[in-house]
This record gives sequence, structure tokens and C-alpha cells, in this order.
Amino acid sequence: MLSPAGTPYIFIAPSLVLLTIFFVIPVVTAFLMSFTDFDIYSLANLHFARFVGLRNYTNLFSDPLFWKAMFNTFYFLIVGAPLTIFVALIAAVMLNSKLVKFKPVLRTGYFAPVVATLVAVSVVWKYIYDPHFGLLNYALSFLGVSPRDWLSDPFWAMPAIIFFAVWKNFGYTMMIFLAGLQTIPDGLYEAAEIDGAGPWQRFWKITVPMLAPTTLFVTVVTLIGYLQLFAEPYIMTGGGPVDSTLSIVLLMYRQGFRYWQMGYAASLAFVLAAVIFILTMIEMRIQGETKTV
Amino acid sequence: MKSVALTGALALIALLVLIPFLWMITTSFMKSGESFSYPPKFWPSTFTLHQYSILFKRLHFLRDFFNSLAAASLMTICSLFINSLAGFAFAKYSFKSRKFMFTSFLATMVIPAQVGMLPVFLILRQLGMLNTYWGLILPGTVSAFSIFFFRQYMSSIPTDLIDSARIDGCSDFRIYWQIMLPLARPALVTLGIFTFLGTWNDFMWPLIVMNRDTMYTLPVALANLMGEHAPDTELMMAGSVVTILPIMILFLALQKSYVSGLVAGSLKE
Repeated sequence: MLSPAGTPYIFIAPSLVLLTIFFVIPVVTAFLMSFTDFDIYSLANLHFARFVGLRNYTNLFSDPLFWKAMFNTFYFLIVGAPLTIFVALIAAVMLNSKLVKFKPVLRTGYFAPVVATLVAVSVVWKYIYDPHFGLLNYALSFLGVSPRDWLSDPFWAMPAIIFFAVWKNFGYTMMIFLAGLQTIPDGLYEAAEIDGAGPWQRFWKITVPMLAPTTLFVTVVTLIGYLQLFAEPYIMTGGGPVDSTLSIVLLMYRQGFRYWQMGYAASLAFVLAAVIFILTMIEMRIQGETKTV
Repeated sequence: MKSVALTGALALIALLVLIPFLWMITTSFMKSGESFSYPPKFWPSTFTLHQYSILFKRLHFLRDFFNSLAAASLMTICSLFINSLAGFAFAKYSFKSRKFMFTSFLATMVIPAQVGMLPVFLILRQLGMLNTYWGLILPGTVSAFSIFFFRQYMSSIPTDLIDSARIDGCSDFRIYWQIMLPLARPALVTLGIFTFLGTWNDFMWPLIVMNRDTMYTLPVALANLMGEHAPDTELMMAGSVVTILPIMILFLALQKSYVSGLVAGSLKE
């Protein structure tokens, strides 16, 4: 360790100053703002903002649009996250097999959607979902499925976005699982095989439990990411049809930066933060318990 | 035999995963309206650069491209500098509030970025920094993850090197600049790609800060183009190619560092 003096503080100072100006102060301000009626008039003159107590929060909880957005966000999360992780796990286990050739090329192929710009691939998929000329309806026609207007149908719009999100994100989780699989000693599988365990049993009794810490990590990362759903509905549906893909963050963006209802939007942001915090804690608790069992 | 079947199956799946990209590329070379056909066309009747010429000549995509490039480069440089400096301090100095400060930095990761966005917007407006590169970059420059990553990496660099440099009369900043940074090169490369990719692909923050069309980044420009040119499938595909291609090339070139960083991040948990 080097001698103290003021040197380490000088080295940390730039980070600390930026973090204070662009994170600490804004978060505190946003918290205060969520108790005011900060709107477009306050934007012109800060003095127009008045303290309104818990009104934003009570309005929020009695706003059907808020509950709709909550429902949609959780729908996306509860269906999308397990699906993404499941597809990633299958892909990782298959890719990890010693029988597979050209592994690096395949891995890169699966990973490409992760790197691609979200807005751009959302645009591409909007055309893939096109009811008349889209690739999806064409592909499904071979299976005898009649064409659908995926993104304009309130029932199908969210499943379509989920399908897209799985395509976009499973490669990331797959990479993490692949790294986790490397840490499982081959001896375990060999011993199990000698004891007469089939591939199915080996998967459930060795692979899945041994990957538990990795699964916890990807679950938390996916959870936090999926709760912040924004660009996909912004590009593909605009939150519609009839608000069936309106997410919490999209609602916050609209209220805050389109209608300038910033007090209201701030309360939405804090509800989002609280949801993320609570779910992460629950997730860690559940996984922690199953590990000790 | 089993090996061929499994590899074949996985290759087929890879092809399905990549079809959206392939279709995007071929469609971008079609003439306007050609993709309105059923069954869908995968190959242009004649290759034309017409869509790209519209993008660059009429729709200022070169300017948007430059904005994206400038923002991502500037962000990468600033972020690497500031976070590695802090990581160095946490790795190699003992000082009173070290543990408390480090934990505080990490604690910021719990709160999602959207929470601070409204006030940050107001602060930047007050400072006249809306529609500037600095306004886009500064709020996201400090990254707890990067500081953590640098600290871990630099902790493994022997302190003896630093001690002998000090005896030779080297200043602390020079130790950082001329000894630590060169040795931390792998960490710099990994975090450099993360940061560049993240900034290039980011949408929500640039959408808020860059609301003047001369300052659009590619994703914002593309989103706005979607509003005006949604029926021009071929044009939209060309815009998507221009947005995705540079980042894909960068990723393919530096894939190893990227993936190793990704995995290191998960194993630390």
C-alpha cells in the first residue's frame, strides 16, 4: 500500500464529483420532486412547483393506466425472463457438448443479437412481424398457421415483443452459462454415468444444481433489465394497441418528457426502483434458501 | 455421426437466429417497394445503393453516424480515465474512508438510472448542456462496475513495482499513467469495448438529451425515421445496417476481450 496523504482522494475526486452532480443530487431531487406538482409551468419557473404531499402516489395508485403498465411489465418479466434463461441454458448445454464442432462460430452466431443495436433490431423485427409481407407469417404458413397482425393485436403484441426479447437476449445468458459449465468437474458426470445415471438425470441432478450460483446471477441481471422495458415497445408498438404493451418506463418517459408531468413521473420512477429492489431481494433470499437445503 | 447431426442442428438454429440480419442486409440493397411481395423476397433483383444514397445525401445519416462515433469515443476515453484512476486509488492506497467510499460507489448500482433522469435533464438544461456531447456523456461516465473491475485488476499488479518507482522519485500520477495503465491494458480493452458498445447502442438517454436533429445519434435518428418513413421498408433496413454494422465489426475484432469481461463480471458475484 502506498503512503496516504491526500493523493487517493485526488484520484477519486473526479468520480466523486460527477457522481454527486449527476447521481446523488438528482436522485434526492427526484425524491423531493415526487411530492410536488412539478409540471410544464414549473419548467419555466421553478417557483411554480408546489408541495402536494403524497398526491402523486395516490393518483398513481388510482390510475388504471399505471396498473395496466405494471401488469404489462410483469407479464413481460414473468413470461420473458424464464423463457430467456431456459433457452439460454439449453443452448449452452448443447454447445458445451464435446460432440459439437465449430463451437466458436456457433457461439458468435448466437451472440450476435446481443451486440446489435436494440433500436435497429426492433425496427427490423417490426417488418418481420408485418401482417402482409413479414417473414414470420410466411414461415408459419408452412406449418398451416394463418397470418396474423402480430403487433396490432392486443392479445399478440406482448407475446411478439417477448419472442423478440428472447431472441435478442438469450445469447448473453448463454455465454454466462457456458462459463459456469466449464467450472463443473468432468469427474462428476463420469461417476454418475458409472452409477447408471442417464443424460436426463445427469442434467437435473448435476448440471442444474451446480449452475445454481450462475442462475442466481443471470436471474437478477435479467430481472433488472426486463423491468426497464422501453425501446422495444417504443419502436415496435408505441405502447399500443390499446396500451397492451405500455411499460412502466415508457409511461414514465411519456409523463415526464412528453407531457412534462415531472412530479408524477418522478413518483413512477421511485415505484420502479422499489419494485426492482424488492424483487432482487426476494430472488436472492429464495435462491439462498434453496442452496442451503 | 452423432457429432455431425448435433453440429448440423445447432448450425441450423444459428442460421435461424441470424436470418433477421441477413434479410436486413439483402433488403437494404433492393429498390424502393421491392420488398412488398408475397412470398417475401430474400434477394434483390438488382443490387442498388439507392437507399444508402438517400440516407446519406438527403437524411443526414453521415452526421448522425459522426455524432454516434464522437459520443461513444469521447465516453470511452473519459470513462476509462476517470474510473481507472478511482480503481487505482481503491486498489493501491490505504486511507481512512476507503471501505466506506468503495461500498458507497457499489451501492449506486442498486438504483436504476431512470430515477435520476428527470433532475439530470433539468440540471443540464440549466447548464446549457442539452444537445451537447458532454450532456450525453457526463451523467453516465462514472461506472461503479468499471471502478470495481479496475480495482480487482490492479490489485493483482505487484505493489513492489510501485514502491521501486517511488524510490526513483516518480510522482503518484506518473506511477498511474506510466506503470499501472500499461499493465492494466487488458482491463482497459475490455471495459473500453463495453463502454463503446453501450454508448453506441443506448437509446433512452440520447432520446431525451439530443432533441435537436443536428445532434441525433444513430438510434435516435432511426427511431425518428421510423415515424416518417415507416412504409419505406428498404430504406429502414439500410438505416438499420448503418447503425448495426460498425458495432458488429468492432465486436468481431475484439470478441475475446469482450467475452472474457462478460464472464469475469458474472463470476465475481
